[in-house]
Amino acid sequence: MTTTTDPTDAPPAAQGAARSAASLLLENVRGHMRQYGMLTALVFIIVLFQIWTDGTLLLPNNVSNLIQQNGYILILAMGMMIVIIAGHIDLSVGSLVAFVGAMAAVMMVEHGMPWVPALILSLLIGAVAGAWQGFFIAYVGIPSFIVTLAGMLLFRGLTQIVLGGQSLSPFPTGFQNLAKGFIPEMGPYTQYHNPTLVIGLVAVVLLLLRERRDRRRQLRYELEVLPTTLWVAKCVALVAAVLAFTLTLASFHGVPVVMLVMCALLIGLGYVMRNAVVGRHVYALGGNKAAAKLSGVKDQRVTFLVFVNMGVLAALAGCVYAARLNSGTPQAGLNFELEAIAASFIGGASMSGGVGTVVGAVIGGLVLGVLNNGMSLVGIGTDYQQVIKGLVLLAAVGFDVWNKRRAGR
Amino acid sequence: MRQDGPVLEMRGITKTFPGVTALSEVNLTVRPGEIHAVCGENGAGKSTLMKVLSGVHPHGSYQGRISFRGEQVGFKDVRASEQCGIVIIHQELALVPFLSIAENIFLGNEQRAGRGFVDWGATMRQAAGLLRRVGLRENPQTPVADLGVGKQQLVEIAKALSKEVELLILDEPTAALNDEDSATLLALIRELREQGIASIVISHKLAEIRRIADSVTILRDGRTIETLPVRAHPDDAPELSEDRIIRGMVGRDLDHRFPERTRYGGEHSTALEVSGWTVRHPVDQQRKVVDDVSLTVRRGEIVGLAGLMGAGRTELAMSVFGRSYGRYESGTVRIDGREVRTRTVPAAIGAGLAYVTEDRKQYGLNLIDTINRNISLASLSGLARHGVVDEHRESSVAERYRTSMNIKAPTVHEQVGRLSGGNQQKVVLGKWIHADPEVLILDEPTRGIDVGAKYEIYTVIDELAAQGKAVLFISSELPELLGMCDRVYTMAEGRLTAEVARADATQEVLMRHMTRNRS
Repeated sequence: MTTTTDPTDAPPAAQGAARSAASLLLENVRGHMRQYGMLTALVFIIVLFQIWTDGTLLLPNNVSNLIQQNGYILILAMGMMIVIIAGHIDLSVGSLVAFVGAMAAVMMVEHGMPWVPALILSLLIGAVAGAWQGFFIAYVGIPSFIVTLAGMLLFRGLTQIVLGGQSLSPFPTGFQNLAKGFIPEMGPYTQYHNPTLVIGLVAVVLLLLRERRDRRRQLRYELEVLPTTLWVAKCVALVAAVLAFTLTLASFHGVPVVMLVMCALLIGLGYVMRNAVVGRHVYALGGNKAAAKLSGVKDQRVTFLVFVNMGVLAALAGCVYAARLNSGTPQAGLNFELEAIAASFIGGASMSGGVGTVVGAVIGGLVLGVLNNGMSLVGIGTDYQQVIKGLVLLAAVGFDVWNKRRAGR
Repeated sequence: MRQDGPVLEMRGITKTFPGVTALSEVNLTVRPGEIHAVCGENGAGKSTLMKVLSGVHPHGSYQGRISFRGEQVGFKDVRASEQCGIVIIHQELALVPFLSIAENIFLGNEQRAGRGFVDWGATMRQAAGLLRRVGLRENPQTPVADLGVGKQQLVEIAKALSKEVELLILDEPTAALNDEDSATLLALIRELREQGIASIVISHKLAEIRRIADSVTILRDGRTIETLPVRAHPDDAPELSEDRIIRGMVGRDLDHRFPERTRYGGEHSTALEVSGWTVRHPVDQQRKVVDDVSLTVRRGEIVGLAGLMGAGRTELAMSVFGRSYGRYESGTVRIDGREVRTRTVPAAIGAGLAYVTEDRKQYGLNLIDTINRNISLASLSGLARHGVVDEHRESSVAERYRTSMNIKAPTVHEQVGRLSGGNQQKVVLGKWIHADPEVLILDEPTRGIDVGAKYEIYTVIDELAAQGKAVLFISSELPELLGMCDRVYTMAEGRLTAEVARADATQEVLMRHMTRNRS
């Protein structure tokens, strides 16, 4: 989205002069302060720990590790972001992660079910759990805080009942690959992981095509666009970032499976929230429920769907986490809901709803993830880690509040 | 009754809000122990004047002098005015529903036994005494939520009495009451006068004013028009006629400018037909907020709906539009002769209805979102293919409205919350025009916006009618209705009281029908 003005059709009131590229850029940044702010913070944290750990942080194997360590939180954060945009909260996801992991373990370990149908059934269980909570929130009208607080107890209890207090393992290899696997290597030996290079190149091409298509469409509809120089700079920066990341992954085992899953979700959910009618309705409901209802938004159905979606994502996260531990355990997913909520708020959500993006949730989750990983690498204990993460959450939201007040809204 | 100087004298009160002058050189004089009515159309400045008096708008935020019992005063907040003996009872009662009558009476003014502890004995005893004074036979421990609105009003008065009130201000005290409760309340106000308590009563009900008031001050457009005696002596019959009051309320020139009407060329068939529409209050089931209303609007026609606050206009409109208000009881809606289901908002939109709300911030806009996303919200499916919104088409549609309606914003990606009232209103209108309805119900479409933007909105409404849309135009500004409408319906207390053709419509005629009492 551009918030810039093309100098050629600026009104005469705009002093008639073309504004400099710098001021255009500044204006664009100011429009997305929170997201750019957090992106900047993420880059800063990465650079900080890169130096502090003498370059260990961005070693190829640690980058892979980082992704696999945080995959399930990022998946939860994306769903949580949508819930928060809709003006709700979900406290039950940590318990649901445990419950679905336990059910997956029962199906595969106890009953020897093959992993593909077990995975599908697990996601279905998540959908049903989400529908259960969504029903009470959307149609009965109980506040989501209460319903999901009940769900938090309920699913944790069910987990213990299903597992009888024991852990179940091991999972089939195929299922474990969900969390630990990489895309298989193909082709001749090249020092790099070939399919990863291909994927990286495809991503670059798709990105450039999309940028060009958007720009053309904007021009066709006579909307304002970034000046050509800035646009080219933006494209070059995007390409450089994607290529650097690709090379890093390709010099280890390649693209982790969980990253592929996450990217698919990020693109899919991001697209739905931005472009699909139902996504728009979520923003409208969170922004002003009364106005949305009077505009014909089916508020109950949209709310219901938001919670079904959260249920499915929590189930997916549950499977990934169980696969990573290689067991279904009663204590799985403890406090995950808090991590996901923190990631959403760091990533730009607003307590009152209506604001935030799926990408923001991922950025927020990565800030927390890199902090975790970096602090562990330099040997800061988990006690101090918690203190620091708490302060970061406070600072991120505090910065947002301060920034809004300064803007005089 | 003492016959010395006035108990209250307000002189040259001027109060401005950014962009609007709400009060301009207003004078108000209340003699000791009199009931003084304040009249005026919606937006004449009555409530603002009372807020100045009671310290809601603190001293220093207005110009002018206030003297109370001969002393010059200026209150920094409501507490200060209450300590002086001036108590205001607002239209929306300020009681906490789950606390008891006694707790409510002494809220913020607790009977203390020692430091920081409530003396429950004294609280109950005194509350019981106050309830006797207002004639309310209830246990002081009853939660306020268990009382009807009429009794709650009496609790408010008891609360005022507990503060040793000398001047009681009542803002539309009977607006939410039935006839019986109204009579009780009015009798009580007269009884308080016997005890030497003066009252200022703001009311739209002229019969009521004639029944209890000693004199009346009429406000119009933020100015004092005149103060008239209602009766010579408190026990005399009223001498002032309703017509005389009405003349003072509406005597405004038609100085607004309206676009020349472009006539619709097609067939003027009936587009909207509402018959027998009845709605009950969402909480108070006894009250019919809309009572057996039937009306029609033809294609190419702009039909006005006039009424004072609480007449039931907005309630009627919102109820017809997907039953968004109150409890539907009976009635049908026909569009182009065909009966349509308007049970939900999507159904109403599908049937060709659009409702532009009177409260754009609460019900009209998502203030934290952009212009283009607000305009598209009611017609997103039309801008989407397979459930995916074409963002670029959406932006260009919004751009079209930005240009054609002259919405003052650099781009359509501007946040709606940052626009001025007039431009926000254009965004709401644009949203509903793009939904392409057959019938548009416009509820106070020019409220709180400047004259220039008003003219632009009138032009848009005129264009809609010229395209053959049916427009139901709800407004509190009579000149606006006279300037824009082909016919005007009037409502009072939930009922349709008259249908006036353009040729016969004057402000006096409309006001007479708008203030017609049921009794």
